[in-house]
Amino acid sequence: MRQFSQLLDGLVYTRSRNGKLDLIANYMREAPDPDRGWALAALTGNLDLKAVKASAIGEMIRDRTDPVLFEMSRDYVGDLAETVALLWPKPEGQPEEVDDGSLTLSAIVERLHGVSRAAAPSTLAAMMDHLDASGRFALLKLATGGLRVGISARLAKTGFAQAFGLDVDEVEECWHALSPPYSALFDWAEGRSDRPDPAGTPFFRPFMLAHPLEAESVDLGDYAAEWKWDGIRIQIVGTGEQTRLYSRAGDDITGSFPEIAQAFVAHAVLDGELLVKGEFQGAKEHGGAAASFNALQQRLGRKAVTAKMMDDYPAFVRLYDILLDGDEDLRALPWEQRRPRLETIVPTLDPDRFDISVLIEAADFEGLADLRAGARDAAIEGVMLKRRDSPYVAGRKAALWYKWKRDPLTADCVMMYAQRGHGKRSSFYSDYTFGCWTEDGELLPVGKAYSGFTDEELKWLDRFVRGHTVNRFGPVREVEKSLVLEVAFDSIHESKRHKSGLAMRFPRIARIRRDKPAAEGDTVAGLKRLVS
Amino acid sequence: MIMPHWIEPHPTGIYVRPADAWIDPSVPRERALVTHGHADHARGGHGHVWATEETLAIMALRYGTASGTAMPYGEEERMGGVSIRYVPAGHVLGSAQIVLEHAGERVVVTGDYKRRPDPTCKPFEPVPCDIFVTEATFGLPVFRHPDTGSEVDRLLGALHAHPDRCVLVGAYALGKAQRLICELRARGHHDPIYIHGAMERMCALYADFGVDMGVLRPATGVPAKEMRGHIIVSPPSALNDRWSRRLPDPITAMASGWMRVRQRARQRNVELPLVISDHADWDELTDTIREIAPMETWITHGREEALLHWCMTHQMHARALEMVGREDEDEG
Repeated sequence: MRQFSQLLDGLVYTRSRNGKLDLIANYMREAPDPDRGWALAALTGNLDLKAVKASAIGEMIRDRTDPVLFEMSRDYVGDLAETVALLWPKPEGQPEEVDDGSLTLSAIVERLHGVSRAAAPSTLAAMMDHLDASGRFALLKLATGGLRVGISARLAKTGFAQAFGLDVDEVEECWHALSPPYSALFDWAEGRSDRPDPAGTPFFRPFMLAHPLEAESVDLGDYAAEWKWDGIRIQIVGTGEQTRLYSRAGDDITGSFPEIAQAFVAHAVLDGELLVKGEFQGAKEHGGAAASFNALQQRLGRKAVTAKMMDDYPAFVRLYDILLDGDEDLRALPWEQRRPRLETIVPTLDPDRFDISVLIEAADFEGLADLRAGARDAAIEGVMLKRRDSPYVAGRKAALWYKWKRDPLTADCVMMYAQRGHGKRSSFYSDYTFGCWTEDGELLPVGKAYSGFTDEELKWLDRFVRGHTVNRFGPVREVEKSLVLEVAFDSIHESKRHKSGLAMRFPRIARIRRDKPAAEGDTVAGLKRLVS
Repeated sequence: MIMPHWIEPHPTGIYVRPADAWIDPSVPRERALVTHGHADHARGGHGHVWATEETLAIMALRYGTASGTAMPYGEEERMGGVSIRYVPAGHVLGSAQIVLEHAGERVVVTGDYKRRPDPTCKPFEPVPCDIFVTEATFGLPVFRHPDTGSEVDRLLGALHAHPDRCVLVGAYALGKAQRLICELRARGHHDPIYIHGAMERMCALYADFGVDMGVLRPATGVPAKEMRGHIIVSPPSALNDRWSRRLPDPITAMASGWMRVRQRARQRNVELPLVISDHADWDELTDTIREIAPMETWITHGREEALLHWCMTHQMHARALEMVGREDEDEG
């Protein structure tokens, strides 16, 4: 268990993605079978023991310790499992804080699988006695379901692939043909057998992504144009029997959007934008309206969805592309041949949940530019340009797909607070809160940004913050209200969560306006006029 | 409840009336009895200080204080009818418990203490007494410090696993830093260790008192690549500050009893939390009270409610003193 509990600790404390991947890869190479398979299941969210409820853990600890001391400890530590893990008193005569090595991860999984609800607390307590604090924490997290170590299933699979020099997409392709503890997967990874056959099970294929358009113009003879929708990219994988939904990172989000998965019965793999029904962005002439990204956000990151959530924020998918039609892989075909296949399949789908992203009719690039400029009133983010002869390829390949966003809006704001960043930026004040003026001459925060500047500018901003601090609140510094930052943002919305009543979308620092006096910064009233 | 008329707890320190002296006063006093050199116990500006020779040297280094009487461990000094004796507390170099006797009563004031071995100072000596005045920095049962050797091994493990990086360890400049270096030496690590400028004089002072820390080098003015594969020790405040930018891709570690709680480590952006403390953990606190078995326990600072509750449930008299300005976060 110690190897696994040390891995979890490492994942909690390591900030960098590469650092986390290294930890997972090392573990997957070094840990014995079948422990590492169970660990992979736990990290990818495929180990659902749920043998124990949180209340049973509370009961278990009250049996062993003074309940007053337990409550005081819990107040201090916060997390129940962590409190119990740290507090757990060992029986007399046992060494403290040592994992005695008698329990393997697989033995723990086996015992938790077989245990009844009633017997769970005593089984758990007996195992706790053999572990150190990290091990007890890992055990409690396993037993209650949900490790919460801040990594996605995709990252765990990437770490696994890295351990054995595999391509993560190949791992992904056979993933759903497997079940914990994944002995067939390890056999293949270590060269003892062929790759497990994924036939008949849905799996994720990597997305094709777009570059920002930097050229002055493109020839619409070479590129087709579509509206750019502000939702999340989604891949729908249907085998005719099962349907799974994947986010851009390859995470399975089927559980968050059951109405979409249930409505899709086709045997195909499609690429589209997940949106919520509404009137915020786009209109009839753009192929139909949709709600704002904020509305969609209410639905993201949920494991279970209530009927009310689905009623209040009904989801649908606007389809962009087709990757597989039945078992036929269309990815190598040019876009102009895939598009008719998409147009053929969409009318067969449930029109309540699926529609097609329309092509923009424009005579030439200038005409398109006019349409794009006009789309601001319809709150559309911009335009996508897709090369007509390009295959569907993973990742961002130059000159195939472009996103041509509307020119950003800008405002001159005054820096108010600064906070240190994370990772490589942990010694820099790199996150800035900025404000605009009210009619009463007061500054109200209107947004926060931590990008858009160069390394040199960051050094300068960091020096500015340190030299102009007027107050400290923990990690946050309040600065003298003297520096104007030109902030660029894609759009601005009304928001009840902020005192200014405004929320910016994608704010970033466009320029540092050392030349401009703070009093000449923009006003909140001026920003309100930009609300879309 | 015993309430001897001759010893009075105040928010600014403990007043020993017949001796007209204050123990660890937080404001300048004419006569101060100081347990050890940490800033929350030893302040500048007192008229005359009684402390161990080591503590006086530390105070002279920090505050330039002049006037002091060195109290060798175990030797008795009489002051206005009170017998006063300094006994090792095992906390940092020169740290002492102050044993006071008057009118047939004995009071022990621990200052800060720990029970596990520390290569830089003499071990804690339990002294039976009527009133035991204890700290409670880690006075919650969640604080149970693991074996120091295994924590040091985790540090060396991280160092050896990343030969192109360095490990930057945050450690309090007085006590923790020197102890950590000695513990590393004891685990067979004999490479030069680089230290932050703010620690140089304190390390030199330790060396003057015979604490051998092996080869120490200043981390300032050294090219980054020279520090690859090495350990660098700095005060916790420098961990994520501009100073650390010069280091070669550091793994950030911190040696402190607080590191046992995940959120505390994450708040500080620590990647390698090391639970190494100069304070007694919960088991040491409660075992010590049991061992000394005083008529009454006074708790000076820390999480006193839990320890108070423990004493009550174990049929022991206890009270919490409300001391101000104690407990520096970095120090645990």
